[in-house]
Amino acid sequence: MSEHVTQIGVLARRSMRKTLRQPFQLFPIVFFPLILLAVNASGLKAATRLPGFPTHSYISFAIAVAFIQGGMFSLINTGTNLAEDIESGFFNRLALTPLRRVSLIAGLLVGVAALGVLQSAVYVLMGVVAGAHLNAGAGGVLVILALGSLTAVGFGALGCAAALRTGSGEAVQGLFPLFFVFIFLSSSNLPRNLLKTGWFHTVANVNPISYLIEGFRSLYIYGWDGSALWRGFAVAAGLTLVALFAVAGAMRTRMQRT
Amino acid sequence: MSSIPVTSIPPAATTGGGIWRVARTIAWRSMHTYIRRPDLFVPSLVFPLVFLASFAGGLSALGDVPGFHFPAGYTAFQFVFVLCQSAMFGGLFTGFTLAFDFESGFARRLMLAAEDRRGIALGYAFVALTRAVITLTVVSVVALATGMRITGNGVDVVGLYGLALLLTLVGYGWAAGVAFRFRSIQSGPLMQTPVFLLLFLAPVYVPLSLLKGWIHTIASINPATAFLDAGRGLISGVHNHTALAFACALVLIFLFSIWMLTGLRSAENAP
Repeated sequence: MSEHVTQIGVLARRSMRKTLRQPFQLFPIVFFPLILLAVNASGLKAATRLPGFPTHSYISFAIAVAFIQGGMFSLINTGTNLAEDIESGFFNRLALTPLRRVSLIAGLLVGVAALGVLQSAVYVLMGVVAGAHLNAGAGGVLVILALGSLTAVGFGALGCAAALRTGSGEAVQGLFPLFFVFIFLSSSNLPRNLLKTGWFHTVANVNPISYLIEGFRSLYIYGWDGSALWRGFAVAAGLTLVALFAVAGAMRTRMQRT
Repeated sequence: MSSIPVTSIPPAATTGGGIWRVARTIAWRSMHTYIRRPDLFVPSLVFPLVFLASFAGGLSALGDVPGFHFPAGYTAFQFVFVLCQSAMFGGLFTGFTLAFDFESGFARRLMLAAEDRRGIALGYAFVALTRAVITLTVVSVVALATGMRITGNGVDVVGLYGLALLLTLVGYGWAAGVAFRFRSIQSGPLMQTPVFLLLFLAPVYVPLSLLKGWIHTIASINPATAFLDAGRGLISGVHNHTALAFACALVLIFLFSIWMLTGLRSAENAP
């Protein structure tokens, strides 16, 4: 047991270092959500004047999207790093060691979870500086860190599945725009009750990203909203579960090839 | 070692016909590749449509914000943004193609073979314009099919698409200058980020009068504001900053042509 913990610990540390040491991986995590938040919060401020808009502070409404974007960067960074290991042959050499397959992926994902906490803390801080008001208080920060970490693990595992399946960093990078579409077609910019175009309202209602965003958002706007929170956690947990199944399948195929 | 005899220089290089021959060949080859590769073709069509769906569909409630008056409706208001963005990104994506051609070694071989190397820059400009025409046509057809209203007249519409094509050349000039200097696809973010910022620091979601604070200050001096105002004026028939927008586009094309041609010189001198 302790052997597995050691293996996971070593790989988690490596996974974290690999991201933290590369400025071109860190830069988008902070820069893009910050820019999008600044642009959207200023450009869409007028939306708070619509009857039925839940808050007078658009920044408090919009900050939730940054956590989802952070999750998507976990997908890209984790997937690209793993694909790089596959391309360079490092993954094959690891596979030849007594290291367990479960430890291999668990190590990566523990690193992603830790980075998820770190990037969520950065977004919370960014929100405070930009003037977002966290209605749920200090306890809310802990819930945000937990949900942010779980979201990062879910997306990170999807990145692992894509890397194992394709073995190509370029293919993993190609997934980013696809997932970005999910953010666009959700309640990211306006609450669902103000989505007036029929088909868009329907798409946003069935898009799980809407519920994930609303989980984070509820802590900023309403304080403690049990229903929004359990939906948010359910989506993040569901995403993680589905992604882990995909990783298991892709891992089996990859190991057979190896 | 004997020097290359003067008679071996193709006559076109001295008559100026070479530039067009090189441009035509490059344009044909790149368009052929573009149309035969769905990984290039599909994203360039899908993303503007996603933007249109997301902004025009998802934000239509903004049309009810007090002080928002646009005769052609919110879909047309957002369509102009998507049109300008697609046009500029049509130019940027061609810059990516050029950078990729350098990375793969094709562009270096091309530079050795070309009678007049300015033809390379011109050829890719034709590619950018053709790609933009395809994207703008698809986006326009979808917007019209989903009920977008145009209240401007025929001349206004021609003006709108003319402005969009000038924006394609603006985007291309910038991206090609970067591609010639860096000759690597890794310079992609450097091509995209300034254009992305230029476009989004303008009145994207609501008119300038409804923007407040720092974004209003920046949007007031941003040339993209003139492009959007003019485009929205042309589609609605209520002209706004039309001459300014065309002047800004032409000045930017001139400046980025210098940027691109000096980049070409830098690529020629590269080891």
